[in-house]
Amino acid sequence: MLGYEMLKRLLPISAFFSFIAALAVGLFLENKDLPSVLVGKQVPSFSLKTIDGSLVTNNDLPGEIFLLNVWGSYCLPCLIEHPTFMSLTERGEIPVVGINYRDELNLADDWLKENGDPFLFSIADPSGRFGIDLGVYGAPETYLVDAEGIIRYRHVSVLNDSVWREVFLPLVKSLRTPKIALVGM
Amino acid sequence: MNFYKIWLRNISVFFLICSSFVSFAVVAQVDTFQFDKAENQERFRNLSNELRCPMCQNTSLSGSSGGVAEDLRREIYLMIKEGQTDREIKDFMFERYGDFIFYKPRLTVGTIFLWVGPAFFLLIGGCVGFSVFRSAQSLTLKNKTLTDSDQNKIESLLTREEQNLKIKGKTS
Repeated sequence: MLGYEMLKRLLPISAFFSFIAALAVGLFLENKDLPSVLVGKQVPSFSLKTIDGSLVTNNDLPGEIFLLNVWGSYCLPCLIEHPTFMSLTERGEIPVVGINYRDELNLADDWLKENGDPFLFSIADPSGRFGIDLGVYGAPETYLVDAEGIIRYRHVSVLNDSVWREVFLPLVKSLRTPKIALVGM
Repeated sequence: MNFYKIWLRNISVFFLICSSFVSFAVVAQVDTFQFDKAENQERFRNLSNELRCPMCQNTSLSGSSGGVAEDLRREIYLMIKEGQTDREIKDFMFERYGDFIFYKPRLTVGTIFLWVGPAFFLLIGGCVGFSVFRSAQSLTLKNKTLTDSDQNKIESLLTREEQNLKIKGKTS
């Protein structure tokens, strides 16, 4: 029997412990998983040179769902995720646009020659200024952008095959389906 | 005497070197940008202390040598030079990095608990403390002022006890 008096005693104690539990959960939350403010917004407007020296703007972005990958020749995790992008573009699964972030042009060029170039083109951002507009923390980061140029998802750190399969692929599929449905109608 | 003078000089040189290290260490990240107005220098220092480095997470922009922090400090510098207000600079950062960039988060639905929470807990603690104090006080008051019937009971008990003692004294 749980009398009123007993409830009166238990209530503050249970409130206290649930508060402690909430704090404990908060303590172990992964800060890196913070969603980007840019999700749901257009890719910031840009008019920049690629590392090959040609001028590109938002109009040069693919008119379909694509990946925007922030990379640098100095960045070791970028080298680790590189094979994933290579195989994605080899299989023609999704176009990948690169942002060469805070790097030197000749080093970036050498890096692509050595490891292969999966990118449609790589926007040169030596000062990191375009990175600020995108809310970039640091390389590597990968944004999923839809056909209208709206950012749908941001992934911080390495995008390997399993991240692609488990995180990106379901998103890509769900973004692609409504379009097909519309065409069918 | 001479020895004492040399000792004094050495020790003061030593402290001078130490203090110069300290001041260099403190301003190293911040003072790489120079402003013509001291007031702007101050604004730059405040802003880069109030804004958090997105990459390193637990240091301010001023305390971090990380890549983004460096870029953001440069951006603050340029914006101050362009004559932008602190508000505009903070809005610029917020649009790109969200609440996370502020050590002092803005008052929104998502952050309201951070602002109101401490006051809320203080209020609960205050209420509990007050009720404990009140009940303790009422207990002591009860002990001091007895009702008439209680007073009568005590007196009758006491007189009965006295009588008992008298009887016992007589019999023994």
